[in-house]
Amino acid sequence: MISIEKLSKTFGNHQVLKDINLEIPLGQVVAIIGPSGSGKSTLLRCVNLLEIPTGGKITIENECITDPKCKVSSLREKVGMVFQHFHLFPHMTVKENVMYAPIKVKGISREEAGKHADELLKSVGLEDKADAYPSKLSGGQKQRAAIARTLAMEPKVLLFDEPTSALDPEMVKEVLDVIKNLAHTGITMLVVTHEMGFAREVADRVLFLDEGQIVEDGLPLNFFTQPKSTRAKQFLEKVL
Amino acid sequence: MLNYNEFVTALPFIAGGALITLKYTILSVFFGLILGTLLALAKMTSFPLVSWLSSAYTSLFRGTPLLVQLMLVYYAIPEFTGYKISAFEAGILAFSLNSAAYISEIIRAGIQAVDKGQMEAALSLGIKYRLTMQHIILPQAIKNILPALVNEVINLLKESSLISVLGEADLLRRANIVAAEKFIYFEPLIIAALLYYLMVMVLAWFASLLEKRMQRSD
Repeated sequence: MISIEKLSKTFGNHQVLKDINLEIPLGQVVAIIGPSGSGKSTLLRCVNLLEIPTGGKITIENECITDPKCKVSSLREKVGMVFQHFHLFPHMTVKENVMYAPIKVKGISREEAGKHADELLKSVGLEDKADAYPSKLSGGQKQRAAIARTLAMEPKVLLFDEPTSALDPEMVKEVLDVIKNLAHTGITMLVVTHEMGFAREVADRVLFLDEGQIVEDGLPLNFFTQPKSTRAKQFLEKVL
Repeated sequence: MLNYNEFVTALPFIAGGALITLKYTILSVFFGLILGTLLALAKMTSFPLVSWLSSAYTSLFRGTPLLVQLMLVYYAIPEFTGYKISAFEAGILAFSLNSAAYISEIIRAGIQAVDKGQMEAALSLGIKYRLTMQHIILPQAIKNILPALVNEVINLLKESSLISVLGEADLLRRANIVAAEKFIYFEPLIIAALLYYLMVMVLAWFASLLEKRMQRSD
């Protein structure tokens, strides 16, 4: 379970997140949507401390990660992140990308990590690209490889930061399909996305952020058919 | 015009100085690389005092002439410490300290040119900072660093001729010795210039080879 209390984040004079309160139960799939600059990505990045919150408290599985005593690297073993621009390690093959962290962080043997990597690459449909370098992959393949790399650490929480925004339209589906397969397997997922169809179909819950605040929080069906706030209405009119 | 006989007789003696020039260059680059790497890491830490000190170091050594630094090391150290420093030690010390300043900038720029997302991706996988630097960031930064580093070696090779003012028998000093003995300047100095040029060309060729190799893996 993730619990966020009074979270705020300021860059210079600009307050990006204002007093965010949120409880996310284990295994829930949450879509975070909202206009650009609304603080969606910052909220996500606070959850694995890529951004250090200015104020407030974040607790993951009873461990307060905003406590200075918290070991950041052990938190990050539990919380995986998939980035908009993939960030695969370009000097390693796809398989090495997937194997590196389990070997170096978890201390798993090369053999075992290799076996696990093969399974993961198969599950994202990249078994034939295991020995290719990232520069030889398409955008969709890169993102699927990046997802496999994140899964190799067996995280309890998965953060997706606009995972399909940098892709050509014809590659969006193959990545969304992989994410869909992960949903409701017990892993808690926070997905910042502009794919409204995906949010509606896959998410258990939709958060609508605007100007650093959670404006709406509810079931996808309710949000998309009867948004309560005018801001959400205006936003949906533009994107749907 | 060039006297062929003088040229040929002076050549072996002066060419022997090339070895001394190379010795200074190689040792100074070696120590400069170690110190420069530490300085570059210091510049990128989150401790303000450490990064400030490292920047101040670079600023001082880039902002004063190498000849002044060399003389300070050679003449001021014995004055303050009583230790009689040899020309060799003074040369290596001054050249290393100086090249470390330049090398630290080359390394810092090379590391910071690596996409910030690489660091974030590694950290988000729980990989420790030191391992991230060692296995993720530096292998990518090397591509930016190596060609610039070869240029620094070329600079140092040429600048090492300053050691001749302390009487060390490098290329330039040997040319001057021949000049003083035989009252001819043109032939010995041309020999020195040619040999410097030859060494620089070999390095430049090596640099372009490196650059091509680096691009190939993109």
